Amino acid sequence: MNGERREHYLNVNYGVRSWLLTTDHKRIAWLYLVSITFFFFVGGFFATMIRLELLTPQGDLVQSETYNKLFTMHGVTMVFFFLIPAIPAVLGNFLIPMMIGARDLAFPRLNLASWYIFIVGGLFTLAASAAGGVDTGWTFYTPYSSIYSNTHVALTVVGIFVTGFSSILTGLNFIVTIHKMRAPGLTWFRLPLFVWSHYATSVIFILGTPVLAITLVLVGLERIFGLGIFDPARGGDPVLFQHLFWFYSHPAVYIMILPAMGVVSELIAGFSRKRIFGYTFVAFASLAIAVIGFLVWGHHMFVSGQSVHAGLVFSLLSFLVAIPSAIKVFNWTATLYKGSISYDAPMLYGLGFIGVFTIGGLTGLFLATLGFDVHVHDTYFVVAHFHYIMVGGSVMAYLGGIHYWWPKMTGRIYPEIWARLAALIVFLGFNLTFFPQFVLGYLGMPRRYHIYPPEFQVLNVMSSAGASILAVGYVLPLVYLIWSLRYGAVAGKNPWGARGLEWETGSPPPTNNFDTTPRVTAGAYAYEKEPGEVYSFGKTAHV
Amino acid sequence: MSDAAAVQQHQFDDLEQQHEAAWIGMWIFIATEVMFFGGMFTGYIFYRSAYAQGFAGASNRLDVWLGAINTAVLIGSSFTMALAVHGAETNKRKLLVNGLLLTILLGSVFLGIKFFEYHHKFEEHLVPGSSFRFEGPLARPAEIFFSFYFAMTGMHALHMVIGIGMLSVLVFQARRGRYSAAYFTPVEITGLYWHFVDIVWIFLFPLLYLVGRHL
Repeated sequence: MNGERREHYLNVNYGVRSWLLTTDHKRIAWLYLVSITFFFFVGGFFATMIRLELLTPQGDLVQSETYNKLFTMHGVTMVFFFLIPAIPAVLGNFLIPMMIGARDLAFPRLNLASWYIFIVGGLFTLAASAAGGVDTGWTFYTPYSSIYSNTHVALTVVGIFVTGFSSILTGLNFIVTIHKMRAPGLTWFRLPLFVWSHYATSVIFILGTPVLAITLVLVGLERIFGLGIFDPARGGDPVLFQHLFWFYSHPAVYIMILPAMGVVSELIAGFSRKRIFGYTFVAFASLAIAVIGFLVWGHHMFVSGQSVHAGLVFSLLSFLVAIPSAIKVFNWTATLYKGSISYDAPMLYGLGFIGVFTIGGLTGLFLATLGFDVHVHDTYFVVAHFHYIMVGGSVMAYLGGIHYWWPKMTGRIYPEIWARLAALIVFLGFNLTFFPQFVLGYLGMPRRYHIYPPEFQVLNVMSSAGASILAVGYVLPLVYLIWSLRYGAVAGKNPWGARGLEWETGSPPPTNNFDTTPRVTAGAYAYEKEPGEVYSFGKTAHV
Repeated sequence: MSDAAAVQQHQFDDLEQQHEAAWIGMWIFIATEVMFFGGMFTGYIFYRSAYAQGFAGASNRLDVWLGAINTAVLIGSSFTMALAVHGAETNKRKLLVNGLLLTILLGSVFLGIKFFEYHHKFEEHLVPGSSFRFEGPLARPAEIFFSFYFAMTGMHALHMVIGIGMLSVLVFQARRGRYSAAYFTPVEITGLYWHFVDIVWIFLFPLLYLVGRHL
């Protein structure tokens, strides 16, 4: 700007080597951002094929075996290589040390190792799909996956097993960092809610992921060495697999949604210029969701033959998750009340999130209801519900977060008009894609079928049309964000006028995040105060 | 001697913060390991209650004496590990290095005995799969028992191998004088890991070898 070149984390050194061997959490966030975007579009390709096939009631695009592989690879890629790592590994990595005033995560080399582990796991899974794919569904239900399927289950399972360690190590790193490395004056209840939600997510990472890991090991051993643990023909019990699998995979849904809630809290506060209403309740709601989330796995198994009593208990516990979730939604709404709201693109995503999350959450209550679940079990109603939570919720918050912190990450501002347009297109495309699926499911169209009765065609065509609109909404940001890297306006350190330590350092930040150690004197979202009243920076320089 | 500035990493303010971070990190990792083994324990307990007789019969085919000797060997290795940490704490480098070497030795003895046991089970056709042979009507539950036996002890042995690798690195570094009373965090948290792996065996031994045994 003034001709003098400022040194920051992006220009401190150059070359492929400096990126692939970096231990800077901000650069590792970029490594994740690029690889996760790649996996998102791979998963999106499979989704496109699925929606194309479902345009017509006959199976005229692909054979049933191919179709089975398509939805499996779509699920595996999106769940394990996009949704679970997306917000924690990209935004969490980039922001948590800065939000708490630390120079880096507690274990920077472990952080880099996590990325390599993630990539190795991803390559295994891509190799499996290149070699012919998997047809078990992303849930790998036994004994089909362990005995009967003739596809590349073992390779895929190894890929997911390896990737799991990436999650575990990321979660471990976050927890230690949040415990031990907060800036002076930054007490637990002054933390941004983004940090709280990542803390809760990390708890699920470290307690849930190993259970999935060992379950997949057992499936792999059963395939390779012929153990009989899950094979009913040899005395094993396939339902045990479901218990172990969902013990992780239901909390995994909260891995996807809790960080999203953290992002949305930041967006809502930032663009209504207010403290989050009921801050403590929202913080504890994150922990409550993480804890209760471990107790509800049985609602995936209402029709698996578990006892009615177990079903009742799981149904009740599943209802309980709605309480902390609703606390968050109500508190965001209360924050908006009398706020001075500006409708910039990140805020549009944030408001969109509240809308689709509410629909997704309420239909979750339908599904937690035993009788109704039996009616819509394994139908498109379930597909629509989890896409509302996982795609509508996580992806929208992820996009909102990327836009919000883009000036901080790159030092550049994206074109606002295009960004607002993209946000609207995503919202419309998303609802047009997935709302008809609620109706389809209620009318009885089962999931994972590629041939269906002709009377379902209209709704399926609506859904496929929505998917193509959604695709436009996803490609647009890819184009204008890359464009902004070169041509975007220079951002300045706090383009939104927001509160939070990450906005008190340069854009892009220096390698050590802050030139001097920050000191914090007030809670997060102190919009009633000037930044200077909240943060002070000592004279001693970081080394 | 290693001085404090050489071992302190840039993201920490002081060595104490660095030490506490490593310490909490290892405890959290152990929590994930508990959940990891917990999945197998859950499965084992589930089938044990479903097929009590078959599991008892199959468990009689394990050599309780080899298991008992191994238990003693592992407890001994935990003791030598504790000595090594003590040696680091009190600046006795010889005690540190010898403690680590003894721990590696005892760990290897454990793995040797385990290998002998595996070999024996292989010869008796007790390895699950197409060549599994077990007389009587309880063959199916017995096969599940041995599935768990190999999965659990195999996973435990893998942890031992990793532990021995970590200890070997420590020996190498300790000899070069990297650790002293001022800085021995890696020795301490490796010790924590080693004790955890021992404790897993302390649970595995009764569960696999002793429960339901008619001696």
